[in-house]
Amino acid sequence: MTNSTTRRFADSLREQALEPFSGVAARIAHVATAETRHERKLCKNLEDAIRASGLKDGMTISFHHGFREGDKTINMVVAKLAEMGFRDLTLAPSSLLSCNTPLIEHIRAGVIRRIYTSGMRGKLAEAISHGLMDEPVHIHSHGGRVHLMDRGELQVDVAFLGVSTADAFGNANAVSGLSRCGSLGYAMVDAARAKTVVLLAETLVPYPNAPASIRQDQVDLVVQVDQIGDPTKISVGAVRMTSNPRELLISRFAADVIEHSGYFEDGFSLQTGSGASATAVTRFLETRMVKKGIKAGFALGGITGSIVDLHQKGLIAKLYDTQSFDAQAAESLRVNPGHYEISTNTYANPTSKGAFSDWVNVVILSALEIDLDFNVNVITGSDGVMRGASGGHSDVAAGANLPIVVAPLIRSRIPMVVEHVTTVVTPGETIGVLVTDHGIAVNPNRPDLAARLKEAGLPVFAIEELYQRSLALTGTPQPIKFLDKLVGVIRYRDGSVVDVVRQVPE
Amino acid sequence: MKLRRSMLFLPGANAAMLSTAFVFKPDSIMFDLEDAVSLREKDAARILVFHALQMPIYRESGMETVVRINPLSSPFGMEDLEAVVRAGVDVVRLPKTDTAEDVHQLEAEVERIERACGREVGSTKLMAAIESASGVVNAVSIAMASKRLIGIALAAFDYVMDMQTQRGDGSELYYARCAVLHAARYAKIDAFDAVFSDVNDDAGFLKEVDLIKRLGFNGKSLINPRQIELLHNAFAPTDEEVDYSRRVVAAALDGEKQGLGVISLNGKMIDAPIIEHARVVLRRAAASGTRK
Repeated sequence: MTNSTTRRFADSLREQALEPFSGVAARIAHVATAETRHERKLCKNLEDAIRASGLKDGMTISFHHGFREGDKTINMVVAKLAEMGFRDLTLAPSSLLSCNTPLIEHIRAGVIRRIYTSGMRGKLAEAISHGLMDEPVHIHSHGGRVHLMDRGELQVDVAFLGVSTADAFGNANAVSGLSRCGSLGYAMVDAARAKTVVLLAETLVPYPNAPASIRQDQVDLVVQVDQIGDPTKISVGAVRMTSNPRELLISRFAADVIEHSGYFEDGFSLQTGSGASATAVTRFLETRMVKKGIKAGFALGGITGSIVDLHQKGLIAKLYDTQSFDAQAAESLRVNPGHYEISTNTYANPTSKGAFSDWVNVVILSALEIDLDFNVNVITGSDGVMRGASGGHSDVAAGANLPIVVAPLIRSRIPMVVEHVTTVVTPGETIGVLVTDHGIAVNPNRPDLAARLKEAGLPVFAIEELYQRSLALTGTPQPIKFLDKLVGVIRYRDGSVVDVVRQVPE
Repeated sequence: MKLRRSMLFLPGANAAMLSTAFVFKPDSIMFDLEDAVSLREKDAARILVFHALQMPIYRESGMETVVRINPLSSPFGMEDLEAVVRAGVDVVRLPKTDTAEDVHQLEAEVERIERACGREVGSTKLMAAIESASGVVNAVSIAMASKRLIGIALAAFDYVMDMQTQRGDGSELYYARCAVLHAARYAKIDAFDAVFSDVNDDAGFLKEVDLIKRLGFNGKSLINPRQIELLHNAFAPTDEEVDYSRRVVAAALDGEKQGLGVISLNGKMIDAPIIEHARVVLRRAAASGTRK
């Protein structure tokens, strides 16, 4: 083609692999018309989107779990991939829950070959614990997941990200529309790192959609789907205001610990997580904050309605939200200017250029087991079966000044303080205090803290004493029988292997 | 003076609650073998409570243990009594006490078992629950019936049935509360109010606590551990009360040293009852802190 501009082209430039201009749309076809510019990302249906994504057997796909037990995206997409005949995929969602039971058949059929996840529950977790997969599942923390991506071990080929609203160009959020999960903190990571980003949007809205948690310049394809998740199931089983007297007792002790820890001063920061006791701590803290005239600078997390309450009462200045744990938190993110959405990279990646977890004073953490060295297990139950999630546990424990583990000393007949945890997820050296219904134990590496809590008259014991008490009440549990096969590899937030999980017999 | 503000009911057949309920730190913990245990679990509950009473943790906690046995006239009462006296219970609570004779009968059996098992005679204390019109009318003779009695309690559920009424705003219990309280004070023993059964109504509970505290009850039977903290806090003296009581006690000590018969503080005369009350306030504050 010749025109006025090609005449200005010099042949010597060809030697530098430069080519002459040949029309505005010759090299980038979609700029040709307004229609192709605006709608080039829109796919007719999920199958078209998958084809257009370039996904191939053996590649890695990712998802976010912002809807927790209400998620519909993972099961929907994997079922479609199975139908289309894909095989040997690596599944890398930010986490898996009981709702992901349908994945069992896709693992059996060879559609999914490997898994990276923060955790798993229910029948899927049981099946994997009993040896469903040939390769062990990699269990990472929320921050550690981003680290694995940045280090190159976990390279996502196609991210399938469910969003409640998106425009045709891919500006998306989950604070507007019908099924809203609030923060898209996990999805923001994948949108920034996956080779191809596919949005599954429940509602398509006119351009430009705002706020844009996921931005148009990160998105390759957009497809509308019926429903991405059920927001009423986000908080099932995880976040609730308890009326259980034992949980309330633990929460009150935890609030006492915070009050007398030396960190309870104006401008302090906190994260409470989603457990029942953790949520109740917030309520007990409120009265103490009001009484002492103390306001928090920020809360991190894992934001719950009870944290939002404190924010709206002016007791917490700012909320940094990588996952909204209930509808109240999701709505607050939409309306409260002091409630900010952050990616999991900004939340807790140890090798990000700046993670909030490094600035938290006080964090409330849960535990399935804690041992005499304060190592915490949040992944395997007393039967050796996986039933939990690493989550942000080890991330925030490592960053916070005062990591507090809350748990009942005995769950029904199962002792929670043990000699050695079944699985180490969070190293004991990062845990400050254990709070149980029977009393409090301070890590011996924090003598200053122990002295302050004793001074305040709190029931402080050596962790060995709590262990002996639980033995007195329950007897010594039979050891779990494990087979040799690895079913899980516990990755610390820096990518190292902190423990492994072995198969349990049926 | 033993504080008996809270007496927590625990169903005797619930092993999990029995083994760990001491963490809630009520003043007294009451294992129930009677109404909270179904007929088919009577034996199981008795065995569980027998063992719970002997747990070192309960022994060492300093918490008073109480067992509500089945009435001696029932097929279970005597077996209950044999088990709990032998297990070292602090207090046996007799349900449905209608007359002083009920207490005499219980006392005789307790003494027999104490002798049989080698337990110090008289070491098993008793309390009587008054649950009928007859019990209320006989409250004074019941309260005076035994040196072992540490207190009498009003139990409202059966009482209002007997009175052909039902629980309401508290007026239905007014006479019974006053009668039980006067009998207890006359006999110099403790008086316990009935349970407040709507565990989700904190405001209603606190209103009732305020009433019975002003009437003069020592405390209340509770059915949910959540009520313990609320009750203790309501019974806790305020900072001002503690401050005033400290000054009263200090002035009294001062007056004693100087050999003064009449002591005054800020121009007001302080006599023995005021000093005694101040001491009670300080003991309560030492036990539970001041009101939050």
